[in-house]
Amino acid sequence: MSTLTKYSAIPYTGPAPTNREPYVPKDAAAMDARGAELAATLPNVEQETGQDLPTLIVPRESIVGTLTALKSAGYTMPLDLWAVDYPQREQRFDVMYQLYSLDRNERVRLKVRVGEDESMPTGTGVFKGLNWYEREVWDMYGVVFDGHPNLRRILTHEAFQGHALRKDYDPAQRWLLTEKDVAKIIPKIDPRFENVDTDFERVTLNLGPSHPATHGTLRIVVTLDGETIIGCDQEIGYLHRCFEKSCETHTYQQAIPFTDRLNYCSAFINNVGYCMAVEKLLGIDVPKRAQHIRLILSEFMRIADHLVCIGTNLVDMGALTNFWYLFQPREEIYGLIESCCGARLLPSYCRIGGLAVDAPPNFLENAQRLVDALPAFINDVEKLVDKNKIFLDRVVGIAPITAEMAIDYGFTGPCLRACGVPYDVRKANPYLGYETYDFDVPIADGGDTFARYLVRMEEMRQSLKILQQAIDRGMPEGAVIVDNPYVALPPKSKVYNEMESLIYHFKLIMHGIQPPVGEAYFQVEGGNGELGFYVVSDGTKNPYRVRCRPPCFQIYSAFPDMIIGQTIPDAIAALGSLNIIAGELDH
Amino acid sequence: MPTDIQNPNSIVARKPAAVPGEQAEKGLITLPGESERELEDLAGSTYLTTKVDTMVNWARGNSLWPLPFGTACCAIEFMSLVSSHYDLARIGAEVVRFSPRQADLLIVAGTIVDKMGPVLKKIYDQMPEPKYVVAMGACATSGGFYRMYHVVQGIDEIIPVDIWVPGCPPTPEGLMYGILKLKEKIERGELKRGV
Repeated sequence: MSTLTKYSAIPYTGPAPTNREPYVPKDAAAMDARGAELAATLPNVEQETGQDLPTLIVPRESIVGTLTALKSAGYTMPLDLWAVDYPQREQRFDVMYQLYSLDRNERVRLKVRVGEDESMPTGTGVFKGLNWYEREVWDMYGVVFDGHPNLRRILTHEAFQGHALRKDYDPAQRWLLTEKDVAKIIPKIDPRFENVDTDFERVTLNLGPSHPATHGTLRIVVTLDGETIIGCDQEIGYLHRCFEKSCETHTYQQAIPFTDRLNYCSAFINNVGYCMAVEKLLGIDVPKRAQHIRLILSEFMRIADHLVCIGTNLVDMGALTNFWYLFQPREEIYGLIESCCGARLLPSYCRIGGLAVDAPPNFLENAQRLVDALPAFINDVEKLVDKNKIFLDRVVGIAPITAEMAIDYGFTGPCLRACGVPYDVRKANPYLGYETYDFDVPIADGGDTFARYLVRMEEMRQSLKILQQAIDRGMPEGAVIVDNPYVALPPKSKVYNEMESLIYHFKLIMHGIQPPVGEAYFQVEGGNGELGFYVVSDGTKNPYRVRCRPPCFQIYSAFPDMIIGQTIPDAIAALGSLNIIAGELDH
Repeated sequence: MPTDIQNPNSIVARKPAAVPGEQAEKGLITLPGESERELEDLAGSTYLTTKVDTMVNWARGNSLWPLPFGTACCAIEFMSLVSSHYDLARIGAEVVRFSPRQADLLIVAGTIVDKMGPVLKKIYDQMPEPKYVVAMGACATSGGFYRMYHVVQGIDEIIPVDIWVPGCPPTPEGLMYGILKLKEKIERGELKRGV
């Protein structure tokens, strides 16, 4: 006769979350103190307390003055600019800036309240990096920036009507674009070349969006004088898949697959970034074992991202062999991920509170095998190209950008480090325990295509160094997801046998995770730079707003400045080295 | 007099050829879709009779020149398929062309958004006949899980599709299976649009 095993009650003894409880960040006191210091130095600003970053509320007239003052106070990098819509308020939009100070390693968030019929002054005169962001806010919310040099739609198309991220916009309302509606793009000629005496007729040339060297969906229009590029304009949005709106119409857990498809070359890092932002909002700590697996897979994904970037960049220059060499180990990396969760490219392996399932028992052995095998492939490519005259002639000194300019544009990641600025989120704001690992942040000087290649190659080696240390430490024991029935589903064995677990399961499936009311920003080091997620919760099961800070966006907005005065082949080589991922660029 | 044409190194078993007449046997060389052929022996060499259509379809199916219209994640998996590990060259479709004028197989790999719609239409129109279309992945097939304001809900809103490959993204094996299915379809002579 069979007997039913009695399971003990769920050990979680914490409080049940009450809906609409305010979110209190862990370091709110320190942030408030810093915010008060800043507010004292600036005229006309008000401080908002209880936030996860020093937050200032700025009236829209004085935003340019505030940005200028903060820039001269050391906040030189415009990390992000986005908006949130609160239709019930009189001034319905919160336009938000996030600035970063490299010297102090500090961030500040500025909020500007704007009404529906109001416009605000442009900040493009202060930071170059705000140019595209302001266009995005105009496109998505309809906030007009007075004095912006080129305020046209950026992500959606010409026939689009309305502003998609407004709360009163129907998420499924599409607008048909036909060939005749497509606007012609005529790039402005750079002032340096306007009055140059030339033997050639000036030609406008269109590259993309379906072009072998544009890696998907980028479109570049250049004006040529002979072979020299004298004007350049880009059009993006050919892969605008409405990530941010999708998040608002899905629950917190359901939004994870959407994050995968942002930077699809290193999808797992996006999972980690998003989940950690929500975990920050929930105030939960992930079990050590899950953190360890997250770290190992993140580093493998970073290597895979760089492999794709360097491989395809070299293909663009005609070096096809390297593509075969680099894609082989990448398959092995995907094999490792597949052994964990069953999916290769877009794993969706993270869950809020941990991981979906535990890694297989031989995970570390397989990881070790890969770590042993990878250097051979990297070395092979290095031997093939590092002293290759054709390669060097095409990359050394090509498409350079100075460190000041890169910071002004808000570059992060390998492209910034190639200019000699050692900013890496893993060092500046360590997460997942990166502070306990011994690794270096490679930098190069010159900021040219070759420097970006060198930085990426060395970063792969540093990632291998981190991985070796992580493998040597062994896998921490324990669960891979938090033991909190308000966040993670109870194990199936309990759901089938215990009333309480069944109810938790039902509640979580039907009503989702309900974080406290508030906003939180969390950043991780993605393959291309700082990947940040800003999440606003209104206490319901769906996020009120999810903002992704895509590192590609600003890097690509600086592209004309990098290639003007150079030739088309240089531009192709430079574009590959920037590693623009359309999914991330266009959200 | 039967002639043994079995290559000792080949893993494909072949039947010995026979002289015409009563001994002649069907199915010596497998030409897909053709069951009515006969083997003849003239001047000591083997050759076969078939329909021109069958022969042309057989050739077309075995030398597809794909144009990867790669927009998103699926394009990365397409790259996996053409690179060394999976190696699309094994089924003769490795000559990746980025000009629609030189390609006969359009692989739409990735999400097509409304902004991209006219571009896709133009690329398709520029391809010479005969042309085939594979919709790779959930987005190209149906919009996938992007039921949103800017996403085309399946490329058959814009162009005709021959093969749909499910998955998000499909594995390289999945896409290869799709291309093999297309090959079968071509060889059966089912796809004769505009020719």
